[in-house]
Amino acid sequence: MKKFLLLFFLFLCCSNVAYAQDAPDLPPGLSEGDMPDLPEGLTEETPAPADDSLQIHPKSFIQVDLTGFLEIRSGMRIRHDAYEKSTPVGEGRLHAELEKHWINAGFKISSDYVYDTVVGRNRIQLDEGEGWLDMREASLVFTPADFMDVKTGRQIMTWGTGDLVFINDLFPKDWVSFFIGRDVEYLKAPSDTVRISLFSWIANIDFYYSPSFNSDRYITGRRISYWNTMLHKRSGRDHIVRVMRPEQWFADSELGLRIFKNIRGYELATYGYRGFWKSPSGMDVRRGKATFPDLNVYGASIRGNVFSGIGNMEFGYYDSGNDRSGKDPSVRNSEVRLLAGYEIEIARDFTIGFQYYMEKIRHYHGYKKSFQGDNPPRKHYRNVFTMRITRLLMGQNIKLSLFAYICPSDSDYYIRPNMSYKLTDLWTVEAGGNVFYGRHDYSFFGQFEKNSNLYFSIRRYFHF
Amino acid sequence: MKHFRTVGLLFSISLFLFITADTGSAITVDEIVKKANQAAYYKGSDGRAYVSMTITDSQKRRRTKKFTILRWDKPGKDDLYCEDQKYYVYFHLPADVNKMVFMVWKHVKSDDDRWLYLPALDLVKRISSNEKRTSFVGSDFFYEDVSGRNINYDTHELSREDKNFYVLKNTPRDPDSVEFSYYIAWIHKKTFLTIKAEYYDKNGEKYREYVALRESTIQGYPTITKSVMKDIRRGSSTVLEYANVQYNTGLPEKIFTERYLRRAPVKYLR
Repeated sequence: MKKFLLLFFLFLCCSNVAYAQDAPDLPPGLSEGDMPDLPEGLTEETPAPADDSLQIHPKSFIQVDLTGFLEIRSGMRIRHDAYEKSTPVGEGRLHAELEKHWINAGFKISSDYVYDTVVGRNRIQLDEGEGWLDMREASLVFTPADFMDVKTGRQIMTWGTGDLVFINDLFPKDWVSFFIGRDVEYLKAPSDTVRISLFSWIANIDFYYSPSFNSDRYITGRRISYWNTMLHKRSGRDHIVRVMRPEQWFADSELGLRIFKNIRGYELATYGYRGFWKSPSGMDVRRGKATFPDLNVYGASIRGNVFSGIGNMEFGYYDSGNDRSGKDPSVRNSEVRLLAGYEIEIARDFTIGFQYYMEKIRHYHGYKKSFQGDNPPRKHYRNVFTMRITRLLMGQNIKLSLFAYICPSDSDYYIRPNMSYKLTDLWTVEAGGNVFYGRHDYSFFGQFEKNSNLYFSIRRYFHF
Repeated sequence: MKHFRTVGLLFSISLFLFITADTGSAITVDEIVKKANQAAYYKGSDGRAYVSMTITDSQKRRRTKKFTILRWDKPGKDDLYCEDQKYYVYFHLPADVNKMVFMVWKHVKSDDDRWLYLPALDLVKRISSNEKRTSFVGSDFFYEDVSGRNINYDTHELSREDKNFYVLKNTPRDPDSVEFSYYIAWIHKKTFLTIKAEYYDKNGEKYREYVALRESTIQGYPTITKSVMKDIRRGSSTVLEYANVQYNTGLPEKIFTERYLRRAPVKYLR
């Protein structure tokens, strides 16, 4: 019996030894004797630091916060343009933001001081965004009730789901800045408005009222040449676009509404707008001036995660109020606009996105019948595909991006390559281009062909 | 009788040898992993911190980012409940990202929802979230290091322990989904904080290392308030320092919505 037990014991011990011998070599990191030291705070010798050494006061909420940048930006046309200067952009800019927020109120003043070498007029024109001063924001924000925010004054607003394609975002755009190669943040121009936002568990409501019309900073010919439908040729500084802008306070006001809700990460929204076409979209033939006809827009959108990427769809009906039947050749026809997009990070720091955008003329028959002009009428459908590729390199300090609008129905395209490099936390350099091409001189992007340009900028940020 | 005693003794010895060879500990691996996950990412019902991040590249150039981070946990059945969370990251510096907000709704069972708010454009941008092991704001930390890696994505084994640490080897269930073939984590026995982690590539070479540099007990919760992540291949490293850490602040869930992207919740960011 004793012998048996001894054997049994030996067997058990051996099986353990065998187990140990069968075990593979320990992988790196698992060898004995490399236990880390305990960090400060967990060792018995060093007591944990007193709590107040871990208290820092983030400056921005304690005092008024001043941030901004100084920038030099210069560009050149890559094609000869008989109607414009060879540099679409050449400027020094100081951007300063002054901001302060309390719990229930705050203010923001954001202004740009510009030394411009291209247009050469220093008179301030806030609507066009020309002159030595561009007041981008001067707003007050307050929370009168727990369920309500109010923001009033000059402000930048954005909503909708498109990537550089806008359907229900009827806030003013600065197309000139966008085309000449200013930073993309200058695509959004300010509105003078009151914005009231209401929040509840059923849905949220955003409402704004602008007592006077805030138009786009549209193409005037001062920096960008365009297709002149009256003269049936390209024009620029020789024919600055003359407009009749709705200018009466309160009578020519704008209203916008968004009702939105986030359902488990899916953002649903419906929109309404009452105002005017944001860029000239009609003609007063008698006076020879471009007009901003009445416009109402109704739309909806959805955005959310789809197959590990972001999918979005947006719809809008553009009701051209001054030409409901679509027979008036001096007013732009009503349109149905549709957008579907998808964006995905296909590899680390490498993102691609695609969008399909469609514009359909509502009363095409009426439009075609009444159309007057030398160039062919617009097609019933305008299709645009957009593509975005973004690659981040060197610890995300270099950003390479390419955005392209490709329009098979008009046979034209617009490509925006860009690269930026953050030299340090304060210095950034950037270079890029705006390349337009069109088979026809009168198509949407084709008319800007001679404005194709390259630009370069250097920027130094500051904060106090 | 003597026989029985011998039998009992020998049997206990062999049993002991058998058990120690296997696990050697009363706590299960599963419990260690859960407690470590809890200690790292789920302290209290919510939390906030002011974070300084210093990134040093291979040429010793330094970049600094400062942000406030707010965290909200979905209430669960018990203290060990570690599931969905919401994060709100408000940037102070550098100046080019000042007042930008990054928001995440972290889902354990599906893809996260992520948003970025760009104040200059008033733009609420949606960003895709399939790449969780991508650099967090240009640092050596990954998104997953900041908000936690799903513990079910790896198998865990306790490879050894001493008086201070449990040493866990973590192997991905889906090796193609990640860049590491395994990582070793040193879990502090008393606090369940991860004090060190080493990541190994497919050739068994260490290429990434995390080390906790300072612990502070805040409101009774042991917290790592200073840590470093090194990217050995690139020669860069990032130091994270947490200040103004506070737990159970009573942060409401509604902060993590579009409203507060556009209008920063000053009360909770102070």
